[in-house]
Amino acid sequence: MELKTVETPHVPVRYLTGGSGPALVYLHGAGGVTAADPLLAELAKSSTVYAPFLPGYGDSQECAELRDMLDITLHYWDVVAALGLKDPVLVGHSMGGMIAAEMAAVAPGDVSRLGLICPAGLWLDDHPIADLFSLLPYELPQVLFHDPEAGAKAMSSGLNMEDPGFLQTFLVQNARQLGMAGRILFPIPDRGLSGRIYRVKAKTVLVWGDSDRLIPPVYAQAWKRALPNAELVSVPEAGHMITIEKPADVAAALSRLG
Amino acid sequence: MKFTWFNLMPWPDLPEDFREKHRSVWVDIDQRLFDPVRSHEVYNTYMDLLEYASTVGFDGIGVNEHHQNGYGIMPSPNIIAAGLARRTSEAALVVLGNSIALYNPPVRVAEEFAMLDCISGGRLVAGFPVGTSMDTNYCYGQIPSLTREKYMEAHELIIRAWTERDPFAFNGRYNKLRHVNIWPRPIQQPHPPVHIPGGGSVETYDFCIDNTYSYSYLSFSGYLRAKALMQGYWDRVAQRDAPDTSPYRAGFAQTICVAETDEEAERLYWPHISYFYNRCLHVYPGFADAPGYRTIKTIQSGALSQYAPPRGGYATLTWKELVEQGHIIAGSPETVRQRMEDLIKGLHVGNIFCLMHVGDMPADKCMYSTRLFAEKVMPKLRNMFPEHADDDRFWCKPLAKRVTPGSLPAAPMTAPQTVGA
Repeated sequence: MELKTVETPHVPVRYLTGGSGPALVYLHGAGGVTAADPLLAELAKSSTVYAPFLPGYGDSQECAELRDMLDITLHYWDVVAALGLKDPVLVGHSMGGMIAAEMAAVAPGDVSRLGLICPAGLWLDDHPIADLFSLLPYELPQVLFHDPEAGAKAMSSGLNMEDPGFLQTFLVQNARQLGMAGRILFPIPDRGLSGRIYRVKAKTVLVWGDSDRLIPPVYAQAWKRALPNAELVSVPEAGHMITIEKPADVAAALSRLG
Repeated sequence: MKFTWFNLMPWPDLPEDFREKHRSVWVDIDQRLFDPVRSHEVYNTYMDLLEYASTVGFDGIGVNEHHQNGYGIMPSPNIIAAGLARRTSEAALVVLGNSIALYNPPVRVAEEFAMLDCISGGRLVAGFPVGTSMDTNYCYGQIPSLTREKYMEAHELIIRAWTERDPFAFNGRYNKLRHVNIWPRPIQQPHPPVHIPGGGSVETYDFCIDNTYSYSYLSFSGYLRAKALMQGYWDRVAQRDAPDTSPYRAGFAQTICVAETDEEAERLYWPHISYFYNRCLHVYPGFADAPGYRTIKTIQSGALSQYAPPRGGYATLTWKELVEQGHIIAGSPETVRQRMEDLIKGLHVGNIFCLMHVGDMPADKCMYSTRLFAEKVMPKLRNMFPEHADDDRFWCKPLAKRVTPGSLPAAPMTAPQTVGA
């Protein structure tokens, strides 16, 4: 994966790109994405992948002007246009899935293939989603992974917790990334998508891990009800970070979009 | 010097094993620990104590705003202040303050503060905190990274509502109001003095300097640990070429306990101090600082939430540690005077928010400590900054002639005569 920059009306956007084949735009979740992401590697086998960072993620510039769901939805359409893409396969994980679904709802004629990996954006009163923002780092693996122990290792790889500057670096990154994510996810990740989702026309594949403890599989059923023609692929032994735990299964499911 | 007697209003009945059995004193505190019947007595005692403080020589009595909080049962400080406005006559009413980003629309604050100023005859000192992350983000659902922008807009709206004399349209990002025209408006002109509680944000330093507001640091960890933060403020005041370095540009909250001797102080107050420091401050660290609430600049300056867990985790603090580390200033009047002098000089602060009711302290002990401080300590600290004695920019200016509440004429038994008819 290569890291590049594209200019958009609000802010220069950093994005990862690689692979060959039809264009696929991948929108990352609230935890961000790296060049080493195993799902991007899987997708790159048969697609030209573009994974733009939400402003504030990775080393990308923040953008104060993007304040709400509509701002961010239109911003990503600006990114697609700036990349010179027309009707790419649009895939999003978690927060990215929420944004991808919004993009497909506001511009249904511009998206014909949509891949939603355990997306945020709907809310069920009987199944409140955990408050991601108040979770402590050591509590995250339990919520995010089917195998918390392996997940904890994956999350801490590359981090040097012995470094005295670690806490500050960690807090700055959190403030930049989750600060931005909070604009559409805090305190409840529902910005009214359920009222607009009927507009989505794209062929849609939903992918969900059976052990997702952040957005539990009961939400897959809610998405199925909202998008009756969508195909739901459930993956055993995968948590919310199914993109790391079962990248090949996710890529196989998404390949059904054609 | 201005001394304000402050009561956080802690719930006095948190169980002994609170820290072990409960995750947090704030945000998701166990609803069952609150007893509304018991609170009837608690609230009235706490208000009585504030009123008592106003009779023994304190310049102000202070209240603040917290939500879903076991050590601060005062979600609406304005309700308490309204009660105090009627039952006190001299003391400043220091409302420190209203978290203005939480009010929709914020003209509500302009209105309520104006009412308090009018009812009290110009005794209001107004505070505009951003509010802690617990209150603002986790209890009241404000988006962390937009909180400050919303706060700044609310501030602009309130000041304009207080100072403009014609109705105006306010087309803000968070507030769309076609006809802003508050009735009543405050007695104090151009508006009541403003204090801004802050926790080390560079942006807040500048905001105070630019607007001639007093910067107050409401910490529970005492004056020794506050040194770096307050120095940061004074450095900024110098850097920004503020016209003066008046100590009234700053305020500090300090837990204070006075007895006849140091030994008596420990014997009388230790259980209540321990209750507060070892039980009330038990906040789930996940609620301390929502990502995006603090600016990058502030995090990089090293200012972390005072509710973040201390390095090495929580330990039970002893009296000796609390006193030596300056969390609390406690002891005989002479001990307290010396320590207070160190605080006032060391931090260069003219406004002291005296936390004199602590934890589950009963009324009699609180009154004893309060009276000793007022009679034996306060007078000796009065003239710490003689060169700034006439700086009245940061304190209220009450009407010279004020009415006495409850001064109705005798109930007329026949139709009153119409004057001039």
